[in-house]
Amino acid sequence: MLNEKGLLFDVTLCIGCGACYKACKEENNLENTSNDFLKDHLSNNTFTVIEQYNDLYTRKQCMHCNDPACVSVCLVGAIRKDKTGAVVYDEDKCIGCRYCMQACPHNIPRYEWGTTQPRIRKCNLCVNLVNSGGLPACVEACPTEATMFSDKNQLIKIAKKRLKDNPEKYYQHIYGLEEVGGSHVMVLSPVPFEQLGFVSHLPKKPMPDFTAQAMEKIPSVVVSGGVFLAGMYWLTKRKNKIAKEEKNYSKN
Amino acid sequence: MKMNIKKILKPSFWKIVSVIIVTLGIVSTYLRFTRGLGATTNLQDSVPWGLWIGFDFIGVGLAAAGFTIAATVHIFNIHKYESLVRPAILTAFLGYSIVVCLLLVDLGRPENFWHPLVMWNVHSVMFEITWCIICYSTVLILEFAPVILQKFNLKGPIKLLKIFSIPVVIAGVLFSTLHQSSFGSLYLIVPGKLHPLWYSSWLPVNFFISCIAAGLSMIVFESYLIARGCTKEQGFCNTGLKINILSGAAFVIWIALIAGLLLKIYDFVDNNKLYYLTIPSMETALFYLEIIIGTIVPIILLSNKKLREDKKWLYIISICVISGLILNRLNVSITGLVSTSGINYFPSFDEISITMMLVVLAIFVFRLIAKNFPVFINEESGHSENNIVSSGTQQIILGE
Repeated sequence: MLNEKGLLFDVTLCIGCGACYKACKEENNLENTSNDFLKDHLSNNTFTVIEQYNDLYTRKQCMHCNDPACVSVCLVGAIRKDKTGAVVYDEDKCIGCRYCMQACPHNIPRYEWGTTQPRIRKCNLCVNLVNSGGLPACVEACPTEATMFSDKNQLIKIAKKRLKDNPEKYYQHIYGLEEVGGSHVMVLSPVPFEQLGFVSHLPKKPMPDFTAQAMEKIPSVVVSGGVFLAGMYWLTKRKNKIAKEEKNYSKN
Repeated sequence: MKMNIKKILKPSFWKIVSVIIVTLGIVSTYLRFTRGLGATTNLQDSVPWGLWIGFDFIGVGLAAAGFTIAATVHIFNIHKYESLVRPAILTAFLGYSIVVCLLLVDLGRPENFWHPLVMWNVHSVMFEITWCIICYSTVLILEFAPVILQKFNLKGPIKLLKIFSIPVVIAGVLFSTLHQSSFGSLYLIVPGKLHPLWYSSWLPVNFFISCIAAGLSMIVFESYLIARGCTKEQGFCNTGLKINILSGAAFVIWIALIAGLLLKIYDFVDNNKLYYLTIPSMETALFYLEIIIGTIVPIILLSNKKLREDKKWLYIISICVISGLILNRLNVSITGLVSTSGINYFPSFDEISITMMLVVLAIFVFRLIAKNFPVFINEESGHSENNIVSSGTQQIILGE
C-alpha cells in the first residue's frame, strides 16, 4: 500500500474544458475520434471521456481496481497490477479471448475490432510517466485540480475531509472507495452516482472472490472424485466377478 | 476405384447443400483472418462474446456423453452400454474439434494460441478450462485410438493402451466434470451483468447437471437418426436400435433433468428470485421457453414408462432436451446479457457460415470414420475384439 498511487476526481470542480481528454489523446498517440469531446465515447482510441449531465461534468476511465476482475480472469496474465496500483496490459502476451471485457464491472476495456492484430485498449494511469517521477497526462493538464494524483491514502483523507467539511455540497459517498473492493480512482459528486452514469449497486467484495468460491473447490473435487471412481471400479468389477463365479458354481 | 469416384460425385440433395455450406464457410474463414473480427462479426465492445463462444458451450455440453458413457461402462462396469461407448467418444471428439476450431477463429490473436501453455494464471477460470480441454482431448484420442489401431492390426500399442485404460477413463471423467462446470463458473464474475434468471452461484452445478442430460440425449438422437438412415451402409451394420439400452439412458436423462429442476427451484426460492418469473420481458419469455421445452415437457414424457420404451418418443424427447441445452447456453452467453449491454446482438453472416461449416465437416468426418473403422459394434462382439480385426478390410472408403 505504501507506494500505491491514486487519482481523485471531484465533479464539483470540473468545468468540462476537455484538457484531460486532449492530453490523454496526445500522451497515448490516439487518433482523433470526435470534433466534440463531450459527445465522444470510450473506444480503442479514447481512454478517457468527459460526460455532461445538465450543468455537471464527469470523467469516465479505467478505475484501476485494487483486486481487478480483468487481472484475475486473464488466462495468460496479460493484464497485471503495477506497483503503483495501475492496471496495465501487455499486448505481447494477449491471445484476444476478451474475457477481461466481459468481466470488467465498470465496462471499461475496449478492443481494436478493425485490425487483424487487435489489442485491448484502456487507460494505464500513464504508468511510465508516473514511474519516472511524473504525473499522469490528464492530471498535469487539469486547470482546476478537479483531477488530483497522489498517494492513495492521502487522497482518501482529502476526499473524506471534503465530504465532512462541505456536507451540503457533496453527496456523502466516495465512489471507488469500497466498490468491488476499492479502486485507485475515486470520484466525488454533488449528486448520487447513478445520475452521472456510474455503475451503481456494485458489490463491496472484489469480483475475483465470486470466482474463487468455485475455483477453490477444484482440488477436493479432483481428489474425492478420483477416489470415488477408482473405488467404484474396484467394487463393481468385484461384484461382476462374484456374480460370474456364482453362476458357474450353480451350473456345476 | 472408378466406381467409387463416380459414386462420390453423384449429386444428392444433402451433398449439394453441404458443399455450398462448406464453400461459404471457407470464404468466411478467409475473410475473418484477412479483415479481422470487426469486419466479419457483429461483435463489439459491449458484446465481446457472441455466437462462437455460445456455440462452444453448446458443443461441449452436447459432447458430454463421451465421459458419462465411458464411466458407466468402464468404471461402473455396466457392460450393457458397451455398444454406445465408441459412438459417444467419437461424437465427443468431433464436438471438441469444433469447439477448438471455433475458439481459434474467435481469438483476436489466434497465432498466440499456445500462450496458455507457458503463461499461467491459475486464478483464471479460462485457464482451467483451456487446460482441461487440452487434457480431455488427449484422453479422447487415447480412448478412441484402439479403434484405429485395430483396423491396422497393431496389437502392441493396443495392449499398451489397455494397461492404462482405467486411469485414462478416470482422468477423462475428472477433466470433464471440471470444465463442464467451469463453463458455468466463467459467468460467476458478472453478477451485475447476467440476468438474475440465469445468474446464480449454482451456475457451475447447473451446467454440469444439464450437460449429463443433454449429452445422453445427443446419443439417443444420433442412434435414432443413424438407425433410420444408415443401417444398410457399410460400417453401420450394427446400428439397429436396442431399445433396452436407450431406455436405460432415458432413465438417467430423466433423473438428471429432475435434479436440475429441483436445484433451480431451490436456487429461486433461496435467493428470492421467484418474482422475476412474473415480470413480462423477453428474458422471462426465453426462460420459460427454455425450462418448458428443455426440462418440464421431457420430465413429464419420461415419467411414462411406455414412452420411455418407445423409440420415436425417445427421439422427440431427446430433441426437446437438446433444444433446452442450446437455449440455456445461448441465454447465459448472449440473451441474458442483453439488458445490461443494451445492444441487441445477432450473429453476422460470416459468424453463422463458419459455424455451419464446422458442423457439416464434423458430420462428414463422423460418417467417414464410421464407415472405415469399427465404431458400431455389437454388445457381444465388443468383448472379443479379435472378431472385428479379422473381418476389417484394409481399404479406406471415402465419401458416400
